[in-house]
Amino acid sequence: MSKAETDGAITTTQPVKFYQVGSFAVGNRLVDPSLRTVQADAARTNAITSGHRACQGCGEALGARYVLDAAMRATGGKLVAVNATGCLEVFTTPYPETSWQLPWLHSLFGNAASVATGVAAALEVQGRNDVRVIAQAGDGGTVDIGFGCLSGMFERNDDVLFVCYDNEAYMNTGVQRSGATPPAARTATTEAVGREPGNPFDQGKNLPRLAMAHGIRYVATATVADLHDLEAKVERAMDFRGARYLHLLVPCPLGWSSAPADTIRIARLAKESGLFPVFEAVDGEVTAASGIRRLVPVEEYLRLQGRFRHLFDSSGAVARTDIVARLQKLADANVERFGLLQPEVT
Amino acid sequence: MEKPFAITLDVGSSLANKTGSWRVERPVYIDRLPPCNDACPAGENVQGWLYYAEAGEYEQAWRQLVQDNPFPAVMGRVCYHPCETVCNRAQLDEAVGINAVERFLGDQAIEHGWSFEAAPPSSGGRVLVVGAGPAGLSTAYHLRRLGHAVVIYEAGATPGGMMRFGIPKYRLPRDVLDAEVERICALGVELHLNRKVTDLPVTMRDDGFDAVFLAVGAQLAKRAYLPAGDSAHILDAVSLLHSMEGASPPRLGRRVVVYGGGDTAMDAARTARRLGATDAVVVYRRTRERMPAHDVEVEEATDEGVFMKWLSTITEVDEGQILLEQMVLDDKGFPQPTGRFEKLDADCVVLALGEESDLSLLTGMDDVEIADGVVQVGPDLMTGHPGLFAGGDVVPAERTATNAIGNGKRAARTIDGWLRGETPREPARHELASFEHLNTWYYADAPKTERPRLELVRRTSTFDEVVGGLDETNALFEARRCLSCGNCFECDNCFGVCPDNAVVKLGPGKRYEFDYDYCKGCGICMVECPCGAIVMEPERA
Amino acid sequence: MLSQLEGSRAVAGAVVCCRPQVVCAYPITPQTHIVEAIGASVKSRQLKHCRFINVESEFAAMSVAIGASATGARAYTATASQGLLFMIEAVYNAAGLGLPVVMTLANRAIGAPINIWNDHSDAMAVRDSGWVMLFAEDNQTATDLHVQAFRLAEELSLPVMVCMDGYVLTHATERVDVPTQEQVDAFLPPYKPRQVLDPADPVSIGAMVGPEAFTEVRYLAHAKQLQALERIGEVAGEFAEGFGRHSGGLVSTYHVEDAEVVIVALGSVLGTIKDATDELRANGARVGVVGITSFRPFPLDALREAIGDARKVVVVERAFSAGFGGVLSTDVGLAISDAKARLSTVVAGLGGRAVTEAGLIGVFEDALGDRLEALRFLDLDKDVVDRELARMAGTRRSGPSAENVLRDLGTVASGAL
Repeated sequence: MSKAETDGAITTTQPVKFYQVGSFAVGNRLVDPSLRTVQADAARTNAITSGHRACQGCGEALGARYVLDAAMRATGGKLVAVNATGCLEVFTTPYPETSWQLPWLHSLFGNAASVATGVAAALEVQGRNDVRVIAQAGDGGTVDIGFGCLSGMFERNDDVLFVCYDNEAYMNTGVQRSGATPPAARTATTEAVGREPGNPFDQGKNLPRLAMAHGIRYVATATVADLHDLEAKVERAMDFRGARYLHLLVPCPLGWSSAPADTIRIARLAKESGLFPVFEAVDGEVTAASGIRRLVPVEEYLRLQGRFRHLFDSSGAVARTDIVARLQKLADANVERFGLLQPEVT
Repeated sequence: MEKPFAITLDVGSSLANKTGSWRVERPVYIDRLPPCNDACPAGENVQGWLYYAEAGEYEQAWRQLVQDNPFPAVMGRVCYHPCETVCNRAQLDEAVGINAVERFLGDQAIEHGWSFEAAPPSSGGRVLVVGAGPAGLSTAYHLRRLGHAVVIYEAGATPGGMMRFGIPKYRLPRDVLDAEVERICALGVELHLNRKVTDLPVTMRDDGFDAVFLAVGAQLAKRAYLPAGDSAHILDAVSLLHSMEGASPPRLGRRVVVYGGGDTAMDAARTARRLGATDAVVVYRRTRERMPAHDVEVEEATDEGVFMKWLSTITEVDEGQILLEQMVLDDKGFPQPTGRFEKLDADCVVLALGEESDLSLLTGMDDVEIADGVVQVGPDLMTGHPGLFAGGDVVPAERTATNAIGNGKRAARTIDGWLRGETPREPARHELASFEHLNTWYYADAPKTERPRLELVRRTSTFDEVVGGLDETNALFEARRCLSCGNCFECDNCFGVCPDNAVVKLGPGKRYEFDYDYCKGCGICMVECPCGAIVMEPERA
Repeated sequence: MLSQLEGSRAVAGAVVCCRPQVVCAYPITPQTHIVEAIGASVKSRQLKHCRFINVESEFAAMSVAIGASATGARAYTATASQGLLFMIEAVYNAAGLGLPVVMTLANRAIGAPINIWNDHSDAMAVRDSGWVMLFAEDNQTATDLHVQAFRLAEELSLPVMVCMDGYVLTHATERVDVPTQEQVDAFLPPYKPRQVLDPADPVSIGAMVGPEAFTEVRYLAHAKQLQALERIGEVAGEFAEGFGRHSGGLVSTYHVEDAEVVIVALGSVLGTIKDATDELRANGARVGVVGITSFRPFPLDALREAIGDARKVVVVERAFSAGFGGVLSTDVGLAISDAKARLSTVVAGLGGRAVTEAGLIGVFEDALGDRLEALRFLDLDKDVVDRELARMAGTRRSGPSAENVLRDLGTVASGAL
């Protein structure tokens, strides 16, 4: 241990590796600012600033700011964003107001990837390789209507980072089912009625794995509950050139019928139950997974969301044990496939 | 850029939309009372000094601590740390080692020679403190800092009270005690040793004092009637421990019996072991669960080979032998004689049946109410006699050094108020920061660090300190285990998790404020605040 | 430089000289030769500083062009028919945002039934999209219009579509004076965008505009088209100065000064119409022709003036609106609404059917003789139609009409029928 005089107070250089909140909280006054998140910095970009019209507690508004602020930091502020039609676009740019603080272009619903390809091509041709491009869309604009263009962008390896903000349904149009809606979830087009209430099992697309199948340089999943992990992935993505994909789970209080204050808590439970695996893949192979810290049964996650209300009875106990068991099996399979219970250094 | 009408918009234009109008409830930053602060008999701001300690700002931490308690090095050795008993961290893994960190800070202060800030020039009254034990010294310290002249009359030859004469060296080394007492006196306290007050009213009048704090403690051993032979060797624990400070230690013999179940009994037994007793037996009329001694004392004593004999009373003492009667607890939990007896070899019996105060100095003061051998006082620690205050073992209370020190702080405040003709305003207590208000996810995993203990062999043969201190690495580690319950420690979570950018970061040490123009009242900040320093209140109409 | 070459290649040569920075296209007959040629130029580095992108659909093609244009790059694409419909959302988007994309539309029929040959139904599907739409009569015009298109588009911040008849022009080999790089450089300055995505000066492009401002924004698109109406003629004049020939403009006229009957048409059919006109004139008939080059913005005044006092206007068009009649002729009707001329629509050449000089002469003689009805389908085989109508009336499960007609004509081998 060494001691150094600083302004008359005796301080020590830290021999201790333990930092109270470590890397769990947004910031930490005990560690060097460079080890804190971008969000902890009062000089962060605030790529989406106040005054936008997202619902209270919107996970997408939060996730988009997280991603873009990190990307602005990683690119030295040289970033262009292309945005598909959807909640994010609608609540940020109602004429005459915009909450974006970076150059931003609204594409159409299904072509964010293609428009971004065009932007990247134009930048390259103008010799401006220092300016990077992010395309962003919701789950509908990514896995359904956006899939053709996205696949084309992947296949050509265009230099675009595509970010999918997955709130698991078409929220802006009133909570309709998408190819990303999880089994048993209630949406307006998969109502919780009949023998199989909610969205059917054995349907839907796993975009991260489809992205990996294209063999693109970098694919990652993340949630709004783990900011350090998310920022590290954005930063890492910006180290690569070519097509990259980030799939971000963003709870939607309105569409999931959850309390606005629970947005981050629910995202955390999605990961901790195993239902949403958090991992990275390079060149089509999984290279790292973020381990589960405190494994929970899926019902802890489901219980907080009204879109799964039909699985419980009025006292809060599981009523549809068959459905919950099937969901638990999905979670268990993820834990197995990605090795989510291996011990990990925090 | 000439922008096309309506299709292309300028940066920052959304700020015209004050989404704060959406709210039905609003977040508010509050401070809640950490359980450790709440439980500390000395009223320390434990969370407050741990906040500095965890950043490695030890002197700052010490200075925060001594705002309330001038004896950290002593506390870190003798306090029973009720703070740790209620520490919220215990519901995560284990309580924070607050006591160990306090000791570390106290030892650092002694090592580096940190001194108190100079007392303000005396502008107030002149106060007499009778007794230089923990209550008296604490009162003196706080009164000096409030600008009053303080005089202590101590009957004995050395200051310290029960800290010196009731707590053995192996728990509290004397150089540590001396350093902290000296530091208080260096504030300008006038200490008169060998000055016993026999008639308080006379002293008060003759020596010109505006107020008096009575801190004579309980130094007389309670006696019990025991049939004893002429050569029976009986002494009391108080005298035993007192005599340990003298030049030559007493001779107790090889087989020592200690009669009683309190901390003093444990101290007496462990002292006996160190003085060479091969058998040290504690005889107690009830059971382990019912004995008043603190667990740590019992454990350490047992580790050191002290044997416990429960449910027994001494009926007769003779030279070399005593007679015990076995007791049984009735359904009300009181011990009842069984009529079965046993003999026990014993070279001496040490009585540890409690202590009493010598209150003869109060003779003739009819307005001072004495009941059950202790002086009755109001919540302001004033007796029935105006200007006469009392605290520590001499008033009804749990008899610990920490409690006495806490009395001293409270008395100083009320004496100060009384001298100025004002009633001191008690600051409103915040709501308790109980565990359910925390979001413990954010705290890194960390089991408690144990303080090193002297090997058993050395413990029973010397008076070296049994429990060692933490080194800096460990102290820092322990301090950082603190959850900062109910008090913002600037983790930036609220600043980071607001989807509407409606939290403003004010700078290191200045925390945050909400931008109510844009806050939609979603409550994520409240849920994700690790220490529970945010509440949601209904929006005012 | 004079060359004997396929129309697609001439157009590709002109586009290359315009120094596009991003070229993206999806294969569809009959435009493919154009982008293949441009692609080869890029790959061989004859055209530098250009990204040629093989997109996965037409929707992607127009989207890439939009992204590139919004970032300040000169963007070009080409399509036809089904491809145009597939990208139609993006077509409207480009115009709505005011991005100067240039596109070649190699006019082709829209299915069903699927048909790869030339008519104008694809162009008609996007006539309200806000694009400037220029029709080429021959390959020289097609080539020259592309050069003018880039200049016009970038000046006005409007996308411009150059329509050329699929196969008839795209695949026809004839003599074309292909512009040189020097000529084009002198005529077409580098692209200076009105709005651009730039980290140094961030803006949000593509806001949601509600009822309170939508009308105004759309009106501005209209105003820009009206500006185009002025500029198209001027740009054609400036082109003539730089390249030494007249190409483009709003309309072209042929013998209209004393015409009794004026024929109006778009595209390559004008060549055959002029041949028929020559023949009729030789026999003393007073027939004239107006070719519309600028279909959007529609040159109401120029057309009105060209038609003058003619008593009959015949619109020969390669598209129609089912259940109603002509498409172009509706626009022409508006131009002559205060004139005394009577209007007839002749729908001809659908799906690539040859429009013959003899067939046209027959129609024009009927017009001259007041025997031409309001709507006539040229060379319609009424018998085939009537037989299918009878089949449909006779039995519920009459089968797909297209198959039945083909079988009837003997094109498909007869089965059990």
